[in-house]
Amino acid sequence: MIETRQLTKRYGDFTAVDGISFRVEPGQVLGFLGPNGAGKSTTMKMIAGFLAPSSGGATVAGFDVETQPMQARRALGYLPEGAPSYGEMSVREFLGFVADVRDLGQDLRHRRLDDAIGRLHLEPVLEQSIDTLSKGFKRRVGLAAAILHDPQVLVLDEPTDGLDPNQKQEVRALINSMARDKTIVISTHLLEEVHAVCTRAIIIAGGRVLADATPAELEARSRYHQAVSLTAPDLQQAKEALALVADVASIEVDPQDNRITAFPKPGRSIFVAVGDALKSRNIAVRELALEPGRLDEVFRTITQGAGGTEART
Amino acid sequence: MSGTLTIFRRELRSYFATPVAYVFIVIFLLMSGAFTFYMGDFYERGQADLQPFFMFHPWLYLFLVPAVAMRMWAEERKSGTIELLLTLPVTLWQAVFGKFLAAWAFIAIALALTFPIWLTVNYLGDPDNGVIFASYLGSLLMAGAFLAIGSCISATTRNQVVAFILTVVACFLLLLAGFPLVLDVFHAIAPQGVVDAIAGLSFLTHFTSISKGVIDLRDLVYFVLMIGVWLYATAVVIDMKKAA
Repeated sequence: MIETRQLTKRYGDFTAVDGISFRVEPGQVLGFLGPNGAGKSTTMKMIAGFLAPSSGGATVAGFDVETQPMQARRALGYLPEGAPSYGEMSVREFLGFVADVRDLGQDLRHRRLDDAIGRLHLEPVLEQSIDTLSKGFKRRVGLAAAILHDPQVLVLDEPTDGLDPNQKQEVRALINSMARDKTIVISTHLLEEVHAVCTRAIIIAGGRVLADATPAELEARSRYHQAVSLTAPDLQQAKEALALVADVASIEVDPQDNRITAFPKPGRSIFVAVGDALKSRNIAVRELALEPGRLDEVFRTITQGAGGTEART
Repeated sequence: MSGTLTIFRRELRSYFATPVAYVFIVIFLLMSGAFTFYMGDFYERGQADLQPFFMFHPWLYLFLVPAVAMRMWAEERKSGTIELLLTLPVTLWQAVFGKFLAAWAFIAIALALTFPIWLTVNYLGDPDNGVIFASYLGSLLMAGAFLAIGSCISATTRNQVVAFILTVVACFLLLLAGFPLVLDVFHAIAPQGVVDAIAGLSFLTHFTSISKGVIDLRDLVYFVLMIGVWLYATAVVIDMKKAA
């Protein structure tokens, strides 16, 4: 479990993190979203005990990170921003060092090392020095170090940054496989990642929490939520048909791919009505889809709208 | 304690994983040899002792020890590994102490590799090996004090060059604290008591007395305190940066 209470970090006059409170339970994967400089990393550094909060506090697995730092650190697996590691060491030496600092017993050490190395597919580079590895491997070495002691709580700062799509997929699968009994917080720029791994998302900007909801709830705030989009050979005909559906509020055409999107009036559902209208007029469509809502649009609206102060849930 | 030991082992190995160790050891051995024979008149003096060898150690250390110390924390900050290290379950003290001990052990290895000169002087004559032992001890303690200063300054910055230069300057001032160059400044602004106290801080004075073969408790306490105080300052600096 992770809990923060009015966590605040000030640098002189600048407030990087401004009274952030949340609570994450085991089994939850919390996604931390926000523009660059929003305070994501600073918040994570405070939870990990690397930075001391200016005011407020945080607990990890019930241990206060300031007054019980050793217990909190033992319960925590932390991947710092940029996945730093000692470049002159080989992967095996580095993971061995982390295992020794964590004081895993001889038996456990072997088992945990094998497990972490296997999960992150590090076998081919075990004897290479970390400096010579690609960005993707470096990130995976950092992840292996974070999960080495099978911690109850994981804080991962941009775990998939620098990975190729296949590796991203694998790391997401890894996070999902650990999600059942652990408390996990990840930060990311990638909205697709929120869908793939997170059970809950917090959007922060300017050091404040602007939204705290499930990915589906966030999508529901999108103006695309419940909209219907389609492509048709005869654009004009299709547009005219849509305009006659009672609950359609507006129609937009994407100039790039000629995709037509019909937006419903608030609270109404238009999917069936649109289908019927097209069918009754015998208009051919290549494709017809009900939009779940677009996270990127919600993200933009929340982080740019209202100067980043309103829209609190 | 196991945390200190683990960090100590990692650090010491990392010196030998990079060229730093080999460059340092080779330069140290070459220069200490050159100084002894050419500037110290090792043969011409006609005495079987290592006085001309140890005489130059403070000046060698002045440049070589800061070069070892500069990477201690500055590199960790630069590469971000400090964030990894300080979020592992080790105390700040274990990290500071483990790193310091590793650097000190590394210099001890370099110093131990000067043993041929000890063999030489024993072959050529009949030196007082007690004095030589005391001198080695004094030299090692002085290197430790230089290192502790370097550790603290390295913790203040992420730039190794800045750490190096500031450490050289700090060590130089402490080395010469008993000499007019430094004392004249304080004569002008401070009472005699303060000036005497500053003179008492001189590395050179304490090292010279140990290397004469007199292991005075006061000289030992001086170096041990010096190391302790600067390591404490290292921990304070890192803690302040954490809260900043």
